[in-house]
Amino acid sequence: MSGAPVRTQGPGRGGTIKDRSVPGRRAFSFGPLDVPVASVPAEHARATVPGLPEVAEIDVIRHYTRLSQMNYGVDTGAYPLGSCTMKYNPKVAEEVAAFAGFRRAHPLQPDQTMQGALEMLWRLERALCEITGMARATLQPPAGACGEMTGLLIMRAYHAERGSDRAKVLIPDSAHGTNPASVHLGGFGAVPVPSDPRGMVDVDALAKLMGDDVAGLMLTNPNTLGLFEENIVEIAGLVHDAGGLVYYDGANLNAILGRCRPGDMGFDIVHINTHKTFATPHGGGGPGAGPVGVVEELAPYLPTPTVERDGGSGPFFLEHDRPRSIGRLHGFHGNFAVLVRAYAYVFLHGADGLKEVSELSALNTNYLASAIAPDFPLAHPEVRPMHEFVATAKPLKDETGVRAMDVAKRVIDLGFHPSTVYFPLVVEEAMMVEPTETETRETLDAFAGALRRAAAEARATPQLLHDAPVTTPVRRLDEARAARHLKLRWD
Amino acid sequence: MLEGLGLSSLDDLFTQIPLNVRLDRPLNIPYGVSEMEIVADLRALAARDRSAETLVCFAGGGAYDHYVPSLVWALAGRSEFYTSYTPYQPELSQGVLQVLFEFQSMVCELTGLEVSNASLYDGATALVEAVNMARSGSRGRVLVSAGVDPRFVDTLGSFGRGAGYEPEVFAVDEGRGGTPPVGEDVAAVIVQHPNVYGLLEPAAEIFGMSRDAGAKAIQIFDPLSLGVLAPPGELGADIAVAEGQPLGNHLNYGGPYLGIIAARMADVRKMPGRIVGETLDVDGAPGYVLTLQAREQHIRREKANSNICTNQTLMAIAATAYLAWLGPAGLSELGRQCASRAAYAAERLTAVPGVSLLFPRAPFFKEFALRMPRPAADVRDALIDRGILAGVPLPSAGEDVLLVAVTEKRDKGEIDRYAEQLGQVLAS
Repeated sequence: MSGAPVRTQGPGRGGTIKDRSVPGRRAFSFGPLDVPVASVPAEHARATVPGLPEVAEIDVIRHYTRLSQMNYGVDTGAYPLGSCTMKYNPKVAEEVAAFAGFRRAHPLQPDQTMQGALEMLWRLERALCEITGMARATLQPPAGACGEMTGLLIMRAYHAERGSDRAKVLIPDSAHGTNPASVHLGGFGAVPVPSDPRGMVDVDALAKLMGDDVAGLMLTNPNTLGLFEENIVEIAGLVHDAGGLVYYDGANLNAILGRCRPGDMGFDIVHINTHKTFATPHGGGGPGAGPVGVVEELAPYLPTPTVERDGGSGPFFLEHDRPRSIGRLHGFHGNFAVLVRAYAYVFLHGADGLKEVSELSALNTNYLASAIAPDFPLAHPEVRPMHEFVATAKPLKDETGVRAMDVAKRVIDLGFHPSTVYFPLVVEEAMMVEPTETETRETLDAFAGALRRAAAEARATPQLLHDAPVTTPVRRLDEARAARHLKLRWD
Repeated sequence: MLEGLGLSSLDDLFTQIPLNVRLDRPLNIPYGVSEMEIVADLRALAARDRSAETLVCFAGGGAYDHYVPSLVWALAGRSEFYTSYTPYQPELSQGVLQVLFEFQSMVCELTGLEVSNASLYDGATALVEAVNMARSGSRGRVLVSAGVDPRFVDTLGSFGRGAGYEPEVFAVDEGRGGTPPVGEDVAAVIVQHPNVYGLLEPAAEIFGMSRDAGAKAIQIFDPLSLGVLAPPGELGADIAVAEGQPLGNHLNYGGPYLGIIAARMADVRKMPGRIVGETLDVDGAPGYVLTLQAREQHIRREKANSNICTNQTLMAIAATAYLAWLGPAGLSELGRQCASRAAYAAERLTAVPGVSLLFPRAPFFKEFALRMPRPAADVRDALIDRGILAGVPLPSAGEDVLLVAVTEKRDKGEIDRYAEQLGQVLAS
């Protein structure tokens, strides 16, 4: 079952690619220069040789293959990292994204040569709008945080057209850090909204915060604790009554596919993380894509260009002439090849399959939460979680001194990627677990078994957890040292 | 599984959702299909596109048809890399972390600057981040050379509306140079070198003016020019950003690409995004972690200087493998080939009656702007019918201006054919 990289991989652990460098060795090859040599003027020429490695092709292959073996991915094992939706990424998406008509298309080719790609984008936009209950969408934002910026700039433009310079955006205290960061970069002040004892938005507190200086509210639903905001219609009404807009952070969209839609709950702006909900691989940190859907009234503000269809049935084209648009948020059309993968996922699953995604993710979540509850109780046991749950290691810590981080590191030795720990910040010793719909019952049992074994070990031999991991290529790393003695490049 | 939870149906898992917002119908998209059907669907869509596969590509303007060696995606395509998340658990992520450390190192080697990061979204948004680094206190104004790609300036303008600035464009002389109106309230002076017309800028001179006024000098560079062109660090740039697509990444109709950023060590705490650092584990063995996280949004929240979370790590992995393949000799040979082929193409194309260089006296690297005797878009469309993607119209410079890029892939035969076909199109 173990998917974790292990300590002994290949001959020795040795060094960077630069350490393999031998003067004069080369991997590259180019054809002969069959035109006269021309060089750049001397005053612009480089005098120094950049210190890139000089290696053979086989060195490059072995070095990076070895590094890949020192990495854990969804393809090597379960990855129940809460808030990240690390589900299996269907391989077919890689195949279709590699079709030459997509992969080798230049972004500034004229529209008449890109009818297939534009139709793909056009269909995907409509599917995403149907899934979220929005009227139009932009596929341009390259990630969720950029989607947030898009939404906030739309809020700014909307209020500016109404002659209002509302300065505040409200965010629940459990929100992901990108929300307040985006609010600040969008030129607003972030005002936290407290949670009630059950982890929901405190509606009375929200009502007191509302006023004509509030541009809008950003909300994740189900929220960061994995709980559905049951007062969402009332919440949206409060914001709308005060003239504000309601923004849906799509981090947790996986929970509600085909079950309910942000548009029907009263949201005006929605961002989607395709690298979560629609299984576009996360790439070790990216690329993602963060499409943003909006209600009809906000469509004129969407970034430029949009994909349009002449007369509704004619050729597809990119519309650049959009005077009320917030402008461009990416050099070209966003992470197009990621969108091809999202299209493949959405239409492979279809209406029935997407609904099943949310059902199975909720089933797996509740099954796993129940299996580990004796050792790691839910932070909010009174509300049923949806696609992910937040448990706490606080009882275990109080009993044994072993912390959530120690449990996570021990789980690594037992062959799994651990859950998210210490997020959300509002829960002590938080363990945020998102098994996703693509794991089997046997894998869930094995993961629960690993967590319960770690808890038993914490009581019997706690040092085992403090010392973990011991099976990995490196053991616990000194992060304080890394920040104190900055070494951010090779010598 | 339901039984164990004391539930009778899957619907019981969703009772939290209030009745008035539940969707009481299937989503209005087709029901799911088999894998072979989705392949057929997308194959048919892709087949309707033309691309650099079937057109001889002279298009540039920020994305280039450089050769992507087979090894690049054989390595970046390893699913241990591409199916992993941001390396929050370093013991399970030494592979990605070390590649990113090597990427940061290579970017520093290329640029002659001291610190880089794990990538940003693309070149245009990297410029936005560089400007955020430069702005502080009373220094808020942002001066941009008219030689900077208009799509970069537009992107800056969009984000600037949130941050509270509007990029101010200063004029160039014969396509390059110019004098930025620097002053005590100026945060940054931005120069693209080679610039939007492909021209080599007197960057060191402009950066000197910037430095004298206490403003940050920001250079937008082409990473594949740096085997032959002096690097940003030597030209006096404080921050350098680039579109990293030319480094082993496919054209992909505009993305995913990667934003590259490099700066001086004094500004490391203002750098956006993930930074990988080397450290030791409890046994004293070297290893890598995400470091200086206290700058980032998940710690500093609204006080963070950037909201970036997901970046373009996989593209950075590809870039690292590509640069390892290239090495210093390859980078230099590539630069020589691009410069030589571009010079030859400019000579052949301007020999066609009615065609001239837009800026005949200015030096260029791999890209140059031509003035056509008729609208550039018409010329381009006519040449597409003849199997040639002739370039990118540059309407900001005039309806008749076509920007032509020549990479190491364009051989003499292709360039000669372009000139012949252009001659025929213009003669017809």
